[in-house]
Amino acid sequence: MTTENFQADARKRKRDRADKRFKFYGFAAIVFALAFLVFFFIDIISKGLPAFQQAEIQVEVHYNAATMKNYNKAVDKKYKRLVSKTWLRLVPNQMRDKPELIGEDRLEWVLAENRVDQFLKGHEGHRLKSKHQKLVKQMLDEGKVRLVFNTGFFSKGDSKLPENAGILASAIGSVLVLLLTMLFAVPIGVMTAIYLEEFAPDNRLTQIIEVNINNLAAIPSILYGLLGLAIFINFMGVPRSSALVGGLTLALMTLPVIIIAARAALRAVPDSIREAAYGLGASNLQVVWHHVLPLAMPGILTGSIIGLAQAMGETAPLLIVGMMAYIPEAPGSIFEATTVLPAQIYTWSSESLRAFEERTAAGIMVLLAVLLSLNAIAVKFRNRSENTW
Amino acid sequence: MNSETVENTLTIRDLKLWYGDFEALHGINLDIQKGKVTAFIGPSGCGKSTFLRTLNRMNDRIPSCRIEGKIMLNGQDIYDPSVDVVQLRSYVGMVFQKPNPFPKSIYENIAYAPRIHGMVKDGPEMDELVESALRRASIWDEVKDKLQQPGTALSGGQQQRLCIARTIAVKPKVILMDEPCSALDPIATAKIEELMDELKEEYTIVIVTHNMQQAARVSDYTAYFYLGDLIEYADTHTIFTAPANQKTEDYITGRFG
Repeated sequence: MTTENFQADARKRKRDRADKRFKFYGFAAIVFALAFLVFFFIDIISKGLPAFQQAEIQVEVHYNAATMKNYNKAVDKKYKRLVSKTWLRLVPNQMRDKPELIGEDRLEWVLAENRVDQFLKGHEGHRLKSKHQKLVKQMLDEGKVRLVFNTGFFSKGDSKLPENAGILASAIGSVLVLLLTMLFAVPIGVMTAIYLEEFAPDNRLTQIIEVNINNLAAIPSILYGLLGLAIFINFMGVPRSSALVGGLTLALMTLPVIIIAARAALRAVPDSIREAAYGLGASNLQVVWHHVLPLAMPGILTGSIIGLAQAMGETAPLLIVGMMAYIPEAPGSIFEATTVLPAQIYTWSSESLRAFEERTAAGIMVLLAVLLSLNAIAVKFRNRSENTW
Repeated sequence: MNSETVENTLTIRDLKLWYGDFEALHGINLDIQKGKVTAFIGPSGCGKSTFLRTLNRMNDRIPSCRIEGKIMLNGQDIYDPSVDVVQLRSYVGMVFQKPNPFPKSIYENIAYAPRIHGMVKDGPEMDELVESALRRASIWDEVKDKLQQPGTALSGGQQQRLCIARTIAVKPKVILMDEPCSALDPIATAKIEELMDELKEEYTIVIVTHNMQQAARVSDYTAYFYLGDLIEYADTHTIFTAPANQKTEDYITGRFG
């Protein structure tokens, strides 16, 4: 029924209710998603933050001939279980480097054993023996135990002893692998996209190539690992576990993503721009290089960054090419064995010691921070290229 | 028309064009005269835009497009394999239906083509060329203070005149215009029409238009196309007052189309 006084009637109220309901559903969906995100962040951060602190204890270190023969003699027997074995083992080396130390007894802050560390941080499952607990408490009262910022986490590679395990080696590995991926995938991907979009004739061959590229973007990433193993390691003889083979394998995986994104960006450039340039007598190459590519650049960059971010977090293909391994040293070149951040996180997550749990979370935080800053750089770069006239 | 007394810029003989299997033009014969405005009219899909695009080989971009016949420009077949399309297009410029300035500064829009053709060097010479092109497209006064601003920020009519200036800057002899006013309001249209009148002193202009009044106002010769055939071609006055063909008369009197 139509009224002519335009007053709200039952139908209007029904419409309004439907509107409100719809808005509410949308809002609820966002809240739901945000809640997960917040929960994830709180969980990771609360677990990971303690890893940025590390316990140290103050003990008297004996630099003498007995220690030189048996490093366990470096500290008094009752402290032996409280200090980190990795430190203890290196005392003789220290003496070799600095002979003037020999014969001295020095009071020093040294790296504590991970059980002491966990006990101090009040974590369940620290597994510190009760007699050592008593000793640590006593030392705490004397001010001989402290928690300091864990510089080792950022300056060391992996270790079987959690107090000595750091993220540096895998971070360097990640950067190297990502740089190589970018170096291989972006130019090849963008050139492929330009060729397919702007130059290739529309025939069966290009259609087959197109369909295949689209399919490649959807196949499980672990298959790229197998491909990398077969081509790069077995056929081309690239050293396994190296940053080079990782970069090449991830480049294979990222290529379709970059090609698809770049093609979409090129296609989004209005044809009127191409016509304008052709109409003025520009050659194919000039049209692409002077007009189409600059306009497509923001889209190409965004696509490339999405592809690279995906590659950065990828683990499955790297598993196959041998990068999921215990590699304590940072790689000196792209041919040396290396590991990457996600692989490092995975390795730590499967360790049994309680102290590795917080390192796993801290590793995730570092990975997220790196990814977020990569994205921030990308957005800034993209915005800048959008505003050039 | 007597082709011995007037000078023809373009001579089209038996031009046939296919898109794949579809024959879009069936044997066009036409002489386009130097220093005149020639208008192509006809209902949508009659092939007039397609025909216009063959004149500077813009249809080369469409892979399925195939042509037969001859288009002679100053006595030279423009579809001859030895012809350089880049040079052809700088001789036969084109203005499009939708204003399509480059998303660059006004200055860059004009300077781009002279630069890629190596006509002048950047600097005072280029400044001069940009100014003269903008002046001849009667847009100089409106943009002289904002040459570094993006061309896309101008109004539609200004953008179209910028596009005309951009075409003029290459110093073509023929300008093809594909419905240059269809996206513009009447005031902007009037300015473009005025401009065409001035430009025909120096250039041969070929314009495709849907607007018959426009054809009557601006052109010296008019060609009526229907379903890929050139039905009638004569001086504009004759076409609009005493068309020889019944189909032409039906179209221009509005009984059809």
